[in-house]
Amino acid sequence: MNAEMNHAETPAAGAQVLLRALKEQGVEVIFGYPGGAVLPIYDALFQQNAIRHILVRHEQAAVHAAEGYARSTGKVGCVLVTSGPGATNAVTGLVDALMDSIPLVCLTGQVPTHLIGNDAFQEADTVGITRPATKHNYLVKRSEDLARVVHEAFYVARSGRPGPVVIDLPKDILIKPAPYVEPTREPHRSYRPQTEPDAGQIDKAVALIKNARRPILYTGGGIINAGPEASALLRELVAETGIPCTNTLMGLGSLPASDPHFLGMLGMHGTYEANMAMHGCDVMINIGARFDDRVTGRLDAFSPNSKKIHADIDASNINKVVTVDVPILGDAGKILRALLERIRSLNAQPDRAAITAWWRQIDSWREKRSLAFVQPDAPGSIIKPQHAVRRLFELTRQSGRETFITTEVGQHQMWAAQHFGFERPNHWMTSGGLGTMGYGLPAAMGVQVAKPDALVIDIAGEASILMNIQEMGTLAQYRLPVKVFILNNQYMGMVRQWQELLHGSRYSESYSEALPDFVKLAESFHGVGMRATSVDDLDRVILEMIKCDRAVIADIAVDQGENVYPMIPSGAAHNEMLLGPDKNRDNAEVTNAGMVLV
Amino acid sequence: MSDVTNGQRIATISVLVDNEAGVLARVIGLFSGRGYNIDSLTVAPVDADLSRSRITVVTRGTNAVIEQIKAQLGRLVPIHKVADLSADGPHVARELGLIKVIARGEQRVEALRIADAFRAKIVDTTIESFVFELTGASEKIDAFIDLMRPLGTTEISRSGVAAIARGTRTII
Ligand SMILES: Cc1ncc(C[n+]2csc(CCOP(=O)(O)OP(=O)(O)O)c2C)c(N)n1
Ligand SMILES: [Mg+2]
Repeated sequence: MNAEMNHAETPAAGAQVLLRALKEQGVEVIFGYPGGAVLPIYDALFQQNAIRHILVRHEQAAVHAAEGYARSTGKVGCVLVTSGPGATNAVTGLVDALMDSIPLVCLTGQVPTHLIGNDAFQEADTVGITRPATKHNYLVKRSEDLARVVHEAFYVARSGRPGPVVIDLPKDILIKPAPYVEPTREPHRSYRPQTEPDAGQIDKAVALIKNARRPILYTGGGIINAGPEASALLRELVAETGIPCTNTLMGLGSLPASDPHFLGMLGMHGTYEANMAMHGCDVMINIGARFDDRVTGRLDAFSPNSKKIHADIDASNINKVVTVDVPILGDAGKILRALLERIRSLNAQPDRAAITAWWRQIDSWREKRSLAFVQPDAPGSIIKPQHAVRRLFELTRQSGRETFITTEVGQHQMWAAQHFGFERPNHWMTSGGLGTMGYGLPAAMGVQVAKPDALVIDIAGEASILMNIQEMGTLAQYRLPVKVFILNNQYMGMVRQWQELLHGSRYSESYSEALPDFVKLAESFHGVGMRATSVDDLDRVILEMIKCDRAVIADIAVDQGENVYPMIPSGAAHNEMLLGPDKNRDNAEVTNAGMVLV
Repeated sequence: MSDVTNGQRIATISVLVDNEAGVLARVIGLFSGRGYNIDSLTVAPVDADLSRSRITVVTRGTNAVIEQIKAQLGRLVPIHKVADLSADGPHVARELGLIKVIARGEQRVEALRIADAFRAKIVDTTIESFVFELTGASEKIDAFIDLMRPLGTTEISRSGVAAIARGTRTII
């Protein structure tokens, strides 16, 4: 109003400038935990209303929550932690986001610049520790760099292959006045990832597709990261060409599970038809996946007779594991659009008769029904974990509620991936690359913050859930009605399965001893506890859980001995799957080379 | 400089980076974290305003590994340009060595004779010692050191390789 209100010549404190830059970058929510080094930021947060702060109970959970927020919204997640232990606690979450390409900006407090290097109280070399844990990181040493670094960090986090970025903020920088600068039109001096695909490479790919007789689309998290339009384009491409499509764990939801062209997930616990089709295809079209070892099985036997097209935004993924014939560098959505347009304009759809014959072959593989299981229905029967997931899927679908699923890590995660049908992208959040137990509950929390009216369910194991169980307190504080659906087999089931198959059934330290009473545990955190001990209880518990408007832990007692099938044993090839405990066991012996693999 | 032993080659890679804190640590961390070799590494600012530095890394590996190294370097955020000098055409690669030889009598005379043959400069001398300065391809410095070692106590300091493309090609 008057000239004095214009603070152009008296710059605000660093903490205020930081918040202004965050606002400019579209931040609405921060997941964080306070401490001495970040008190100026908490003070600034206290004096404004634009940015909401969610107080977690452990810094690792703040990062996973921001991941859940980012994955369900497509926005950059934001985290705030203090120096030293606050930063080191966040490291697992950062690596998780790095491996799964999730865009985050994590603000860490730091001791004042003049004390850096002195082993000051709660000092840690955060940029040193997080260098290999982030896509990029910054230590802000000069006030005049602060606003620019924040803008740059958001650009780096969301551009190209997304990932986590740390900004380490010494306390004096937060207190001293700092100038504010707007984001510049050229967001970075050196980092300008290529998103537009090369037309020549598109033409080469289309030529391969046109002449393919047994093509397959193998698609991953890159399509999810490219936004919902990319998934819509994948659906169009599949409809246009009739090409069968399999998803990685990270790619689930990019093609609706109900689409008849969908072969299910591939890889170690993928379907028989997906893996056999990968093995037998003549043209493989990989879009936004990275030939992960969970997917390829034994490399020298991986899809031996196919020409391979690989579309990826990260040049270092191309020819890293599998040598390909047609690499295409760029954004998955742009590549899909270019492929589709070119196929249409050149009428380059693969031969109909060949595709029909290919589908006949695939249908014969489908007849194996590799995900089938038997749920005894006599009253009092023990619940099969697969059945629990199926019923959860069917009953949530019938409820008509928009449903988001997160998971912990283990057998339950694989059963969730196999038996819950994902119709849309961004509704499935699981720790794929790092496999972090303790991911699911905080991730669900982040999703629920972004989608307050949705049904958000963490499909959990009884061991994993204890790794971030303290977040039940956060759910209570913010009235976040997250549902924790525990497939309780009283074992670290995935560990037990490997011990059964590879270590002579010596169940070393994999029994979940001294478990808490999950019903009481939920209640002590102001939530609702439920339990199902036999198949008779299951539907009722699920329906009550869906109806409940508070946080719930549903403790579902499931068969302790159940294993995840089908399975490609370590070091085996796609066509050497174990279909079940007693079927074709001997044609898939685990080799010594396989034993060393994880 | 393209020794080929069991499918491996030596690559001289030039990397143009922002001259900012931590950038060298990123490059070194990438090599150690992913298990790549570093035979030598040099770095110094090269722009008039000191805004960018040039890193020269000599590494070895199969063609596939070298391609991975280049791609991995390329995804580091503060990196402007990655060039594989040994693959992209003729280039000049030079290293500087400072070699101290402590010797007396006949050994001392022999050291001088060899230095003369190599056109090494004497940059420091006492009655019992010389410091020679020698610039050239790494192999030349290797050969010089091999001849000096038997002559007395030796101490070596080498700069690592600096390299640049021949002709008009640049990486800027
Ligand atoms: C932080 C962490 N520690 C250890 C592991 C190794 N691990 C993978 S699955 C698993 C067992 C998980 O048990 P539970 O949560 O009960 O799931 P289940 O396999 O029984 O469904 C373990 C210990 C991991 N993935 N993450
Ligand atoms: Mg368990």
